[in-house]
Amino acid sequence: MSLIEKTAAELVALQAAGKTSAAEIADAFLAAIRDRDPAVKAFQHVDEAAVRQRAQAVDAKRAKGEPLGPLAGVPVAVKDVLCTKGVPTTCSSKILANFVPPYDADVVARLLAADAVPIGKTNMDEFAMGSSTENSAYFTTRNPWDTTRIPGGSSGGSAAAVAACEAPVSLGTDTGGSIRQPASLCGIVGLKPTYGRVSRYGLIAFASSLDQVGPFTHDLTDCALMMEVIAGHDPKDSTSVDNPVPAYSRTLNDPVNGLRIGVPKEFFAEGLDAEVEAAVRAALKEYESQGAKLVDVSLPHSPYALAAYYIVAPAEASSNLARYDGMHYGHRTKEKADLVATYAKSRSEGFGPEVRRRIMIGTYVLSSGYKDAYYLKALKIRRLVKKDYDDAFAKCDVIIGPTSPVPAFKAGDKTDDPLAMYLNDIYTVSGNLAGIPGVSIPCGFTKGNLPIGLQLLSPAFDEERLLRIGRMYERATDWHTRRAKVG
Amino acid sequence: MSLSVDQVRKVAKLARLELAEADLPVMAEQLNRILGYIDQLQQVNTDGVEPLAHPLPVQNVFRPDDPAPSLPVDEALRNAPTRTGDYFGVPAVFDPADEMTA
Repeated sequence: MSLIEKTAAELVALQAAGKTSAAEIADAFLAAIRDRDPAVKAFQHVDEAAVRQRAQAVDAKRAKGEPLGPLAGVPVAVKDVLCTKGVPTTCSSKILANFVPPYDADVVARLLAADAVPIGKTNMDEFAMGSSTENSAYFTTRNPWDTTRIPGGSSGGSAAAVAACEAPVSLGTDTGGSIRQPASLCGIVGLKPTYGRVSRYGLIAFASSLDQVGPFTHDLTDCALMMEVIAGHDPKDSTSVDNPVPAYSRTLNDPVNGLRIGVPKEFFAEGLDAEVEAAVRAALKEYESQGAKLVDVSLPHSPYALAAYYIVAPAEASSNLARYDGMHYGHRTKEKADLVATYAKSRSEGFGPEVRRRIMIGTYVLSSGYKDAYYLKALKIRRLVKKDYDDAFAKCDVIIGPTSPVPAFKAGDKTDDPLAMYLNDIYTVSGNLAGIPGVSIPCGFTKGNLPIGLQLLSPAFDEERLLRIGRMYERATDWHTRRAKVG
Repeated sequence: MSLSVDQVRKVAKLARLELAEADLPVMAEQLNRILGYIDQLQQVNTDGVEPLAHPLPVQNVFRPDDPAPSLPVDEALRNAPTRTGDYFGVPAVFDPADEMTA
């Protein structure tokens, strides 16, 4: 197995044993990016010299016998929605084409403090709005398992980078499924933590009550390792919660005894691909063979979650994106116009079609005369969606179902129909509305060799058990050890 | 509920977006499809349900008011589309002719 196919934990161990160096690792992944990224197009920005310099600095620290962080010498790809000091951060939008943040996002600062090596910024749907990366203002990322297909989105670049072995781990963000869905479509692990578990400071806002940062990894061991680094209280994000961060890695291999798995009938509804359903049912059987009990649960309002989400998220987006006025930073029109026209021209030139559409929906549902019928109604449904989960978790420890109703689809298949694209998030959005954590883990392949993902959802701040429950399946299977053959 | 082209024009103005006249019917059609899907929420009885704006039950989060250095001016202005001295340069807000008569 070559260096680029290793997990982060393996790369840490190899360096500790003196069998490789951070510089050698960085070179191997930079070479993989040069070889593979012309076909995969995961990266928006890579600064090779800066990566090498950073890796050499980690090696120098080791040579001097200084204490090293838990991700020492591990390359990490970072979604281009997270601010990186002195490194361009575009959100895959033209409106931020020339934006260079003056500070690091909290999660980026934590990666640096852990001696990780940021290897580049990854492509995404513009402002994280989309499920395929086709809404990127720059280019579409391709699925490493089949480059005629999309990797999922919005964190498609971060997912594809790991699946293509261009980075061992990466960071994404999840507002309605944007970590879990691409993880599922790319055959890797993707975790959306509990809302408030990870700081949003320096995460460019889409929908502030839903956005959360999380890791992409090959397996749950790396997921636990990444969570130990990025989770924790940050005084700069008042919604980040001051709960202690468990040592996820330490307990990961402890099975949960007497496990009760909730299986909601609403997650096996019309529109679910037959091969995806078969793989998910087989995974549930594997849990049963380990002594877990399957419990029928119902999430009666989950069929309405997507509709509620498409009010709440655009409403928050229309407010958050009001800051792009072409005055302090970002694109300003070259046309000569008065102040208000300058706002409108700058925004219309800078935002792509999907972002414009969502701003329009959000503005409409918040406008006078419609706010009660749409926005307040959606918030009431949100309460009911959350209550459904509370009721279900009274009867089970974890809820398991498919992550995405379908495997990776062909590029261009859904670009003409915004509503068809939204339906990709049907099993993931309710977790964001309720604020609970969810992880997608590989659970098989279709006959056409496309990955299938299993979604596990748990009560808020229960990531420690969520990862252990996922690990019970992972250690019994080898899906997570497979690597895509690119090119 | 369904949006007319006139309403789309009005919403675009509220959102400070400039849509080409030819794009308005397309935008209206797309928004109406999405709003049509969203309208299923009206089937759910939500009488007596409190709206939930935020998943965490946190309120009034305070921190000590410790002074810390601000971004240096050059750093803060580095991304400005135009800079005038130590300020952000912006188009004239008021027409100078109006100001004379105000």
